[in-house]
Amino acid sequence: MPASSSLAPDERLRVLAAQRWRIALTLTAVMIVLYFGFIVLIAYGRSVLAILLAPGLTVGILLGALVIVISWLLTYGYVRWANTRYDVALRELSKTATDAGVIR
Amino acid sequence: MSTTAIGQPNSVAIVFFILFILITLGITYWAARRTRTTEHFYAAGRTISPGQNGFALAGDYMSAASFLGIAGLVSTTGFDGLIYSTGWLVGWPVVLFLIAEPLRNLGKYTFADVVALRLNQTPVRIAAAVGTLATVILYLIAQMVGAGGLIKLMFGLSYETAIVIVGVAMIAYVLFGGMLATTWVQIVKAALLLAGAFLLALLVLARFHFNPAALFAAAATKYGASVLNPGKLVSNPLDTISLGMALMFGTAGLPHILMRFYTVPDARAARTSVFYATGLIGFFYLLTFVLGFGAMVFVGPDAIKVVDKGGNMAAPLLAEFLGGTPFLGFIAAVAFATILAVVAGLTLSGAAALSHDLWVNAMHRGEADSREELRVARVATVVLGIIAIVLGVTFKGQNVAYMVSLAFAIAASGNFPALLMSIFWRRFTTAGAVASMLFGTLATLLLIYLSPTIQVDILKHTSAWFPLKNPALLTIPLSFAVGIVVSLLGAQAGVDDRAYHRRMHLGELSADR
Repeated sequence: MPASSSLAPDERLRVLAAQRWRIALTLTAVMIVLYFGFIVLIAYGRSVLAILLAPGLTVGILLGALVIVISWLLTYGYVRWANTRYDVALRELSKTATDAGVIR
Repeated sequence: MSTTAIGQPNSVAIVFFILFILITLGITYWAARRTRTTEHFYAAGRTISPGQNGFALAGDYMSAASFLGIAGLVSTTGFDGLIYSTGWLVGWPVVLFLIAEPLRNLGKYTFADVVALRLNQTPVRIAAAVGTLATVILYLIAQMVGAGGLIKLMFGLSYETAIVIVGVAMIAYVLFGGMLATTWVQIVKAALLLAGAFLLALLVLARFHFNPAALFAAAATKYGASVLNPGKLVSNPLDTISLGMALMFGTAGLPHILMRFYTVPDARAARTSVFYATGLIGFFYLLTFVLGFGAMVFVGPDAIKVVDKGGNMAAPLLAEFLGGTPFLGFIAAVAFATILAVVAGLTLSGAAALSHDLWVNAMHRGEADSREELRVARVATVVLGIIAIVLGVTFKGQNVAYMVSLAFAIAASGNFPALLMSIFWRRFTTAGAVASMLFGTLATLLLIYLSPTIQVDILKHTSAWFPLKNPALLTIPLSFAVGIVVSLLGAQAGVDDRAYHRRMHLGELSADR
């Protein structure tokens, strides 16, 4: 984090944490829209889910399977970001702060 | 499909069952020698790797309701059973994004550690223990009822004997092996369950050139196009949304799941373990699509309901049709291992609430020594085991998947809002946390009692006071509202915000070192 390295460690942590929460909350919102979109269709949009895409494959079944697959892909995206970018920044921050004696 | 070996003792099932018991007791013996402190008993010494914890989380989560319940619902109602398959998965990303890392960094053994951290210990711990025990006991009853029915059908034992066997085995795992034994029982069980379900799904798909759509088409040809569409199980739209909310947010409030995040070394491992768990659980729930419709096509809804009114024997019946009596025995033993492992995890989290939250932190202000806490935790394990046995016998004949969805409603309303607000909201107060947790738990229990299921189906009244089968639609927003209003009305406690913030992101190390 070269741009913010002049800031105090607590301030840098705040920036980093805010970035993580922004990503986490966005992904949570995507998840909620995805799942409750599916649920609201089950509750109020049955004719849409009944559309037959191929013999045996309705929109409903396809969307149900997609909800599961997309959920998993979202967790993959988040874990990949957090394990590479976020953790590295956090470790660096923790190290410089400990060296400077700011965080005991 | 008029003859089935279900109901007669099955030698393959008995052999696999005894084998599983022997292996898991062996694990317990091994773990018991390593379980000396509370850190070992509650958190397996924080030595579990992310991959292992991913399997253990999946093992804790995929209960009788997931395997027997969903297969039964899909095979008898078609598409609507899949609401559970998707709903029980979508809670996991929420746990990952919002809960797992702060929980690991802020707490020690239970989720109440996190809620109580900035607040007044005693009232918060008591309220959290009420929520935990209500969730755990309802969940336990459902598993015990499922186990009793299954063993009765597979081994020719009486329902009561079956319940006692399950109770004694789970007490043994938890009492002697603690979290280490419980974790490895979950890992073995998760692997067995995934392998069993995968094999069963392969045998189904082999008859349709490995094309799932051909299977669904066969179901539609046989039982009408409506089985591929929603409508049979959930007729009231608001009930559908309410159930969806309970399933999605309940996962983030389940005490036995949240407790697992303390078994790994740090927040990074907690995060990675959820990714593995989501993959395993998602794969399993995709298999339930195939198992459910497979049972519908090959066994038939009527034949399934003859054996068990709730449809819970659909997967074992399908196994018998495709692989004969030996495969039936194997699948039944897998289902039984599934239940046994889940009840062990539940009992451990209930024991932690009684011992760590109530006895040590609420009653003795955190000043009990580790050995004493361990002894209380073991007594609590035995007490909970006995309660589970008694309630399992009392609630004979109840619907398994439905009861688990009620446990989810309590977890989503009583535990989840307070946990989330304690992480995210600086103005959250002791009074707000206690009010939210108690309101969420008690209002959910009350509305369940006033729901059509209890009033009409069980008590045989003509109408119910509350229209929804699952109250989550009302109780989740209200629990948040109660927590917010009560917090804003009271005075703000003076806390070191900076230290809390550091610990939430950097973990305990930065505070200790």
